[in-house]
Amino acid sequence: MATENLVEISGVSFAYGRRPILTGIDMVIPRGKVVAIMGISGSGKTTLLRLIGGVMKPGQGQVRVDGRLTHELDQDGIYGMRRRMGMLFQFGALFTDLSVFDNVAFQMREHTDLPERMIRDLVLMKLHAVGLRGAAQLMPSELSGGMARRVALARAMALDPMLMMYDEPFTGLDPISLGVISNLIRNLNDVLGATSIVVTHDVHEALEIVDYVYYLSDGKMVAHGTPDEMRASTDPLVHQFVHGESDGPVAFQYPSASFSSELRLGARHDV
Amino acid sequence: MMSKQSILSVRSIGHSAIEAVLRLGYATRFIALTLLHSGTSFRRPRLIIRELYFTGALSLIIILVSGLFVGMVLGLQGYQTLQTYGSESALGVLVALSLVRELGPVVSALLFASRAGSAMTAEIGLMKATEQLSAMEMMAVDPIARVVAPRFWAGIISMPLLAAMFSAMGVFGGYLVGVVLIGVDEGSFWSQMQSAVDFREDILNGVIKSCVFGLAVTWIALFEGYDAPPTAEGVSGATTRTVVTSSLAILGLDFLLTSFMFRGV
Repeated sequence: MATENLVEISGVSFAYGRRPILTGIDMVIPRGKVVAIMGISGSGKTTLLRLIGGVMKPGQGQVRVDGRLTHELDQDGIYGMRRRMGMLFQFGALFTDLSVFDNVAFQMREHTDLPERMIRDLVLMKLHAVGLRGAAQLMPSELSGGMARRVALARAMALDPMLMMYDEPFTGLDPISLGVISNLIRNLNDVLGATSIVVTHDVHEALEIVDYVYYLSDGKMVAHGTPDEMRASTDPLVHQFVHGESDGPVAFQYPSASFSSELRLGARHDV
Repeated sequence: MMSKQSILSVRSIGHSAIEAVLRLGYATRFIALTLLHSGTSFRRPRLIIRELYFTGALSLIIILVSGLFVGMVLGLQGYQTLQTYGSESALGVLVALSLVRELGPVVSALLFASRAGSAMTAEIGLMKATEQLSAMEMMAVDPIARVVAPRFWAGIISMPLLAAMFSAMGVFGGYLVGVVLIGVDEGSFWSQMQSAVDFREDILNGVIKSCVFGLAVTWIALFEGYDAPPTAEGVSGATTRTVVTSSLAILGLDFLLTSFMFRGV
């Protein structure tokens, strides 16, 4: 029987060698919702996404996707799970040697025995959904950044996944493309009946479209709540992040030696 | 007492040695995985055919032109030397044996490494840097089976064919210079070649050499690309390493193979 939460993460810690990336993370992603994972760069957001996708296994704790523990799955099990996941990479990651059409058709050709005529219809439907049916024969090098992101979105949802994951989907887009992508994320989620995880640091776009927000800092979950709760949060970290203040708990200066000693001001006085 | 400097340099030698052994281990694991996941390539031969076009067919021009020039130079140099001993009629033998035994497999493999090998490394390295390989993995498609294995088999198949084309073109170049330009007797040029070149001893050994070189170059090129750090600097370094390492591997392996195949018989 389907569980209420599509993704359940409990007590997860992860380290690259001795460098801890995530510590004691607990979170749940309910079915049908769009959930954002926010935090400044380097806070461990993308690593969390990779743990959910089964690319890496947690050092401690459990990641449960659709009721199954990812660390218990073998290669075939992980691949089986990924066939029901779609992922949009930061810059699209389109296959540059394939046309837009072939990019979207890639998974259908790899994983199904559908006849080419049916694949053609399905690909055109997916491209139509992102407004790029007319660009089917273009090569990725002929697309703008926003168009490439939309094609990648069509490719990610080619097999109607149960879970869509977006890694920094708003980075480097003009305001129009940004609006288009954020509307697509929300609408496709609702139309397909999928569940979405958006990893982002783009506060304003994300708070408009998501149902729930988890806020990560330094590999720890420091706050979570609905977009309204996050906007009203008095937590200094969340407040600084949501309002984009340059100084606060996250210091403007990278940790360094004292400025006066670095400029040898003391030494100069001695001379 | 050893100075700090010398301790550091000893340590860096040790570090490089450990690094080299580790990379050799990774490379062996990589080729084992490639062989293990080659099923897809043979079930879908189109994947190999596509790569055969890029690695083989597109290398054809450089191989043919180089073969022609190498053959022409052999014709000129060979004639010069043989004439001293009054045996210029053996020019055909000299050209053909030099080509099928040594120059064909070796020079075409060196050209293959710089033309197709570097392209393979750069392509796979860039696919990794632009997250295309990660995207493929997230789509439950194994990049080793889908991207690496077809290129591997295309390299192995095309190398001996390219070496054969190189040798054929070289013989033609030797004929052009020796017979058409200098005027060596055409009958003795071809008939001596026919009687002196042995199929098993010379041609087959040449083919074996080019197969081994094809394996070495393709393995090095694919591994360097797959293992490249995902940055512009990483990919350019990997491409350079492919050309340098495969050239050295070709020349080293050539010595080994030659010493096994032609032991002064």
